[in-house]
Amino acid sequence: MAIEQATPLAPHSLAPAERAIQLIGGELTEKSLRLHLEGLPGVDAVGLEARAAALGTRSIKTTSKAWALDTIIELIDLTTLEGADTPGKVASLVAKAINPDPSDLTTPCVAAVCVYGDMVPYALEALGTAGGESGIHIAAVATAFPSGRASLPVKIADTRDAVRFGADEIDMVIDRGAFLSGRYGLVFDQIVAVKEACRREDGSSAHLKVILETGELTTYDNVRRASWLAILAGADFIKTSTGKVAPAATLPVTLLMLQVVNDWYRLTGERIGVKPAGGIRTSKDAIKYLVTVAETVGQEWLQRHLFRFGASSLLNDVLLQRQKLTSGHYSGPDYVTVD
Amino acid sequence: MTETIRFLDYAPAPESTAILTLRESYGLFIDGEFSDGHGESFSTISPATEKKIAQISTADASDVDRAVAAARRAYSRTWSKLSGADRGKYLFRIARLVQERARELAVAESLDNGKPIRESRDVDVPLVAAWFFYYAGWADKLDYAGVGPNPRSLGVAAQVIPWNFPLLMLAWKIAPALAAGNTVVIKPAETTPLTALIFAEILQQADLPAGVVNIITGAGDTGSLLVNHPDVNKVAFTGSTAVGRSIARSTAGSGKKLTLELGGKAANIVFDDAPMDQAIEGIVNGIFFNQGHVCCAGSRLLVQENVKDEVVDRLKARLSTLRLGDPLDKNTDIGAINSRAQLDRIRELSDIGEQEGAERWTADCEIPKTGFWFAPTIFTNVSTSHRIAREEVFGPVLSVLSFRTPAEAIAKANNTPYGLSAGIWSSNGSRVLGVADKLRAGVIWANTFNQFDPASPFGGYKESGYGREGGRHGLAAYLTSAARESLGQVAPSSAPIETPAATKKATK
Repeated sequence: MAIEQATPLAPHSLAPAERAIQLIGGELTEKSLRLHLEGLPGVDAVGLEARAAALGTRSIKTTSKAWALDTIIELIDLTTLEGADTPGKVASLVAKAINPDPSDLTTPCVAAVCVYGDMVPYALEALGTAGGESGIHIAAVATAFPSGRASLPVKIADTRDAVRFGADEIDMVIDRGAFLSGRYGLVFDQIVAVKEACRREDGSSAHLKVILETGELTTYDNVRRASWLAILAGADFIKTSTGKVAPAATLPVTLLMLQVVNDWYRLTGERIGVKPAGGIRTSKDAIKYLVTVAETVGQEWLQRHLFRFGASSLLNDVLLQRQKLTSGHYSGPDYVTVD
Repeated sequence: MTETIRFLDYAPAPESTAILTLRESYGLFIDGEFSDGHGESFSTISPATEKKIAQISTADASDVDRAVAAARRAYSRTWSKLSGADRGKYLFRIARLVQERARELAVAESLDNGKPIRESRDVDVPLVAAWFFYYAGWADKLDYAGVGPNPRSLGVAAQVIPWNFPLLMLAWKIAPALAAGNTVVIKPAETTPLTALIFAEILQQADLPAGVVNIITGAGDTGSLLVNHPDVNKVAFTGSTAVGRSIARSTAGSGKKLTLELGGKAANIVFDDAPMDQAIEGIVNGIFFNQGHVCCAGSRLLVQENVKDEVVDRLKARLSTLRLGDPLDKNTDIGAINSRAQLDRIRELSDIGEQEGAERWTADCEIPKTGFWFAPTIFTNVSTSHRIAREEVFGPVLSVLSFRTPAEAIAKANNTPYGLSAGIWSSNGSRVLGVADKLRAGVIWANTFNQFDPASPFGGYKESGYGREGGRHGLAAYLTSAARESLGQVAPSSAPIETPAATKKATK
């Protein structure tokens, strides 16, 4: 664990995360982090929403649409996060992830399957040897998902378990209570600690997605600060939502997070991923996200290691649209599989 | 992943022109029906393809006489005798018909003007309907228009409108005039008469009494005949400052009430605490909306020196994502320049900018082979003495200047003969209000730009003209107070005195 004990000289020293030290410099403290976050330019809500709405009016047709539909599938984290999840349910989801449309084997496979930590072994088993070929990752939610209300040792244990089981990616939640009460340092240190817990014995690391739960942060200014905070602490991805809180992902929030990621790229040359999750159910909506990504950070972000959709019902709608594009007519829900 | 496709090239998504039923030639719309003009007809072309759309009549002096006489007849026999509620009914009907035929009007506007269908569909036509709805509501409430009890209409209004927002400017002119009880002779610009002529069909559909609105086409000569006609009581003009001046001169002492909405050279002021991503969008919207053919365009970017490089960098990156091309493609951001003459003017001023030492940057985009096009362009290292910082380019050309303190920003923003609009970008509310208070412009936007609403008055001062359009103020330009009339200060149907709230045209 990387949390340092407070010393009299630096009463609120924070974990020395590499990015934060490079950007903010000197000894990292609660105060220096706060000054940085509060010094970020504000967000004009009306302007942000107007821009998102304008991006939503792009008309994506024919070849562009075909490319978009396949790309959406390739970027989906197919998700089941229910108390009622069983090995059988997870296995069924994995089968769908590998082969989304049994009637059309040219359909690409999804990016990852996202499950609770204890389901990782079943997901891996179901993935079997196909996992290596398809490149499908197993993502696990951790750190007392979805509320994040647990002590740090519990969160770390939760993360380590999932990594030990073989998760490729960890989706952690931030402590929104701490963030909203202004304890940015606490949120920061926890992310650094979880990032550390993502490390495997061989020295490699599970990818860390940091869920901001934007529906609870409420303001766009908060979303921007939380995005910076997560990136500074070492996030590989910033993710909007758990899917358990409404509103989940929205286009303006995702646009804002992409703008932060773009700012980070301009500053450091490093690309951070973005994952809107929850509430994206139709191809039409998902295409708006692709347009927003392409026109904000560029098309190179439309790759699995830089952009994901956290979704479950979205996949079937995309498959229906894809079938329509191929066959020229609409089918119906019985022509795609239930998970 | 499939990387062969450049997603951002978006496959073509053209709006179909099948919805249009155009005639090969259009006459003048006088006294409720189309009739041939006696001047030499001309063709209107699509600036994106240079292809002819239709043949258009020119009104000569006899046609202008006919149109004004029809308007006078309709005024004295019908329109001035109708109750406000009945006038409102017609206006509501027109508004609904505009909505019903919205797609057709949008396609026609983009075809004839060159503006992207995204804008004609989402901005122009919805605002046209909104303007008629808004003033329809006023027609029976004129006692509350602010010109005193029982206000009177003026009589026949002569209106001349520009080519940048052809149908929207028509709505800005006609809606308040009719609501106040006047009749109208209006002349659209010679490069963009199409939607006005389709609008004439809407008037027929709405059963508007003959002669209440007359639409005559032609070039500047026709416009001059119209505004100088002895039997008009009110002149409203939107267009260039030079023409506005000559109209002011020729109508002086004639007793005609006059409103002018002329040019602009708006400052868009970006402070270092601005919401940066939104400010960039606002700058883009401010100058590249409608290819910069906007009288209130934010053509002078004043940016605080400590963030200038960042703003310019971000702006260039953003401009590189703008899509220039077929105005009828739903994904087009920048359409065609309206005419060859305007294109020449933009080129000339841009070349002068370069010669004077400003640094020119142009977005890398493919220019179609036919038609009139000008890629989005930014000039940096511009100083206040450069011509591109002083003259209205009326095209997609932005001059970037910097400032150090709010006082300097205000001084530079005000250092122009124009005074139409301005923009302020800052997260600090009191700074926004403080600066807005000191800017000499008729319309000031804070953390936004180019927003229009029928309830909000629009207009400028200094060389940007006088009078207001929109809102209660816009109505006052077409009314005279009964009290002043009874005092003999204003003769009915010939108001010599400009009221403070005289109309003026807004957007260009």
